[in-house]
Order: sequence, then C-alpha cells, then structure tokens
Amino acid sequence: MSRRDADPARRLRRDDLAKGRSLRRGRADELGLRRALADRLLPSLVGAMAFLAALALAGVVGAEALARHWRLGAGGMVTVQVPDPEAGTRVRDVLASLRGTAGVASARVLEAGEMEALLRPWLGVGAERAALPMPAVIEVRVAEGAGLDAGLGARLAAVAPGTVAEGSGAWLQRLGVLARSVQACAGFAMGLVGFVAMAVVTVATRAGLATRREAIEIVHGLGATDGFIAGQFARRATALAGGGALVGAALAVPVLAGLGSLAAPFVGGAGVDGAGWGTGLEAWPSPVWLAVPLLPVLAAGLGWVTAQWTVRRWLRRLP
Amino acid sequence: MVELEGVGLRYGPVRGGASRSRGDGVLHGLSFGVPEGGFRWLLGASGAGKTSLLRLLHLAVRHSEGALALLGEDIGGAPRSRLPVLRRRIGMVFQDFRLLPHLSAYDNAALPLRLEGRPEGQIRADVLELLGWVGLSRKLEARPAELSGGEQQRVAIARAVVGRPALLLADEPTGNLDAVQAGRLMQLFHEMNRLGATVIVATHNDALVARHPAHTLMLQEGRLVRDE
Repeated sequence: MSRRDADPARRLRRDDLAKGRSLRRGRADELGLRRALADRLLPSLVGAMAFLAALALAGVVGAEALARHWRLGAGGMVTVQVPDPEAGTRVRDVLASLRGTAGVASARVLEAGEMEALLRPWLGVGAERAALPMPAVIEVRVAEGAGLDAGLGARLAAVAPGTVAEGSGAWLQRLGVLARSVQACAGFAMGLVGFVAMAVVTVATRAGLATRREAIEIVHGLGATDGFIAGQFARRATALAGGGALVGAALAVPVLAGLGSLAAPFVGGAGVDGAGWGTGLEAWPSPVWLAVPLLPVLAAGLGWVTAQWTVRRWLRRLP
Repeated sequence: MVELEGVGLRYGPVRGGASRSRGDGVLHGLSFGVPEGGFRWLLGASGAGKTSLLRLLHLAVRHSEGALALLGEDIGGAPRSRLPVLRRRIGMVFQDFRLLPHLSAYDNAALPLRLEGRPEGQIRADVLELLGWVGLSRKLEARPAELSGGEQQRVAIARAVVGRPALLLADEPTGNLDAVQAGRLMQLFHEMNRLGATVIVATHNDALVARHPAHTLMLQEGRLVRDE
C-alpha cells in the first residue's frame, strides 16, 4: 500500500468517488419533516381552501362588476312619457326642456318601430292596438356621474300636463344593497377561508412538532438556532400549502369559466344563447384573473408565516 | 473555561400530579472550576447527578441557583439567543447516543458542521476522516437502526468531536465499546485535550480511570464530595 493509500481520509474520498456515491443528495432533511408533515392531508385541505377562496374572490369582484354594469346601463336612463303627443307642440316642448336640463346627456323620442317592439309582448300584433291612445316616449340618457333632481317630473308636467318621468333609482338602490351584501358575504368567506387555512397549517405544524420532538431537542442541543428549526418547518409548510393551493386554484378555473358563461348576458357579453359563445373567462373582470394566480403565492406565504410563528412559539419552552 | 459557584439545579414544577409542586433538586451548591485544556473524570454512583451536571454544562437545562460561567460567558446573564453559539463550541457524547434515526451515519456526524453553516466541500473531508478514524468508513450511509450499539456510539463520538469543540463532555462514552475501541476513544479524547479542548468524562468504569489517571470530580446525591 502506498503512502497515499495509507491516508484514511484520502482513501475514503477516493473510494467514495469510485463507487459513484453521493453522500449529499439535495438538501438534508435534518428533522425528518418529509414524513412528519404529511404530504397529502395538508395540501388537500389548503387546496380546498384555495378553491373556495377563488370562488369567493370571484363573488366579490363579480358582484361589483355586475352592480357597476347595471348602474351605468339602467341607472343612467330615464323614460319620459308624454300623453296626447299629437296635440300642439307638447313633445317638442318637453324635449327642449329636457335638453336644457343639467345632467342630461341626450334625449330622443322613440321611433314607431321601437315602440311597436316594446309593446309587442303585451299587446301583440293587431289592428286593435292602433285604437289605443299611445303616449310619446322619450329616452333620456343621463351623463355618467350626474344625477337628475327630484323636481324634474313636476317641471316637465308643467310644460306638458300629464307628462311622467320614470327613473330606475329605487330598484337600482336595492340592487346596490344586494351587490354590497354579496360582496360582504364573499369577503367574509375569504377571511374565513384564510383563517381555516392558517388553522390547518398550525395543527399540521403542531403535529409535526410532537412527532419530531426528540429530533428537535437533539438539533437544538447541537446548536441549532430557533430560526434554523423554524425555517425547516416553514419551508416544508410553504411547499405543501403552495402546492395544494396551486391545484385548488387550477381546479377553480373551469368552474369560474362556467359561471362566467352563465353571467355573460347580464354583463353585456355573449352567453349560452349569445352569438359569440366564448370560454366564459372573458366575462370576469381582470382583477379575478390577476388574483387567482396569486392564491398559491398567498397560501405559500401564509404557510410560511404560520409555521414560523407556531414553531418559534413552541421552541420557547426549550432553554 | 468552566466555573461553578454554588450552582444548584431543580427541575421545573411537576405537572399532572394531585398538586403542583416544585420538582426535587438534583444538584446542590456545586462549586468548582476546570481551566482551559483541563481534563476531569466525573465519578459517582447512579443517580448521583453526573448526567444532570453534564446536561447543565451542555446548556440543555438552565441552573436554578448560583453562578455558572462557560467558555467565558456568564450563563445566568446570557440571553437565550446567545446559547446556540455556545452550544456549537461544546461537544457532547450522550449515554443513549441521541442520533437522528432518519439520517445516515455520515449526515449524523456532519450535522454540527452544517449547523455552523460550513460549506459542504469542507464538511465532507472532515466527516469522512473522522468516520474513518472510528472505523465506520464502510457504513457511511447506514442509518442508526442498521448499526450495532457500539457503532452508534462511535457515530455519536464522531459527531461530538467533528466541530473541534472547546469543551468536550462525555457521558459513559465507553459503555458500548469493546476494550480496543475504548482505548482508541481515550486516545482521541487525550489528543483533543492536548490540542486545547477541555474534557469532562463521566464514567462508572474504574479500570478506565485507573489506566488514565487524571483530576477527579466525585458527586454524591447531587453534591460535590471530591475535587482532586
């Protein structure tokens, strides 16, 4: 045996390389957390939470979009009926008065064809309809952000007696309340989902701490800092929570697409009976598609913070 | 290096009993010093407090009374965040080995160096050399469950000395070793002591003490009865 071979360290290193061994495969799992923090239950539960969070998030954003769409559509419209339109210049006077009113973007008299289309569902198509006294209907568009004062109806009635102005303020107000209620419920649901996800990570981390108590005490005794031990748990919890949330968020996408297709006709897009049947994804406002991919990132962050906090708190019992 | 002045150790309140009471004291009024580079045998019957004293010096428990200074630090006044740094300068061979069952012999022995944050390239040479020295070069990847008691003991010894600790503590380190391995271990301890490490070895093995005469600390019922 040569002198080189007599050196045990040199021989060991050479033998090790000769056998193609890798004594360091990836990152060492000093605390054995790959087993202690189960890789099925935690990701499954966080995945379910992410799925629910995606739906709740869509509820928050969707309700706001729907309310805004209605506000800009029906909310920006006032219908004025002028009875006995053939008498004198009543219609023209009312139109002139409307066009001189602050906040009115446009005012126009509906054409005969438009009137017919409006009344067809109720009166049908027949000669008897011609015998009915029909008012002139003026469609008034209110400028965006503007409102018409409550005295408009009275002023128009003074110009042409019997004239009635109908806004959609009351039911739009109710719709607004409904939309805000839906948003509040969805926001609460998101908070609840976050809380449950934190609780799941906390319980899993505590179970891991109980399972690996001895290993933690050994590593602690060898000089591991709280940061090192908490970091090991946090990395594992981050990977599991982030992975679970990624699957949950991905599963939510087709569901949101389906809901989007159903909601499209109500927000001005094509829907199930529309000409341009799309994927349904375009019905959702962009905040939804920006936020859904962020859910796994948020879940991973939540896993990291929760595990760090839980482990550091637990480690305080050690000297 | 090691200074104790009236040190006592009392384990915390006993929970779950009929009443919450203070645990019994296990060490009482210990006063002694070990200079840097000193060697001490720690003797005493079972239950005399040897393991408790070693746990105290390993900073696994904090003393209840008196003053304790280790490696130039007043332990009573040291913040908790300071202790990991001190622990890394203390090597400990446990009676029950305390190896991590999911790690290989190599990874167990490498652990103190990884906790220090040493680069893997530097760790490898030291760990391979030491495991080779204790005769485990063919069992680098074996887990503790695949090793005999003596082999586990040798991994624990390698882990305790791999970081070249300033203070080396050993609790019955030869309990699972044959005479040849025990002799080699004592040789290692003496070599580390010669290189400047302070060494304290608790043992029941009178023959071993007789073969390696040195300063002795004798405990009896938690009290120091001999320091010579």
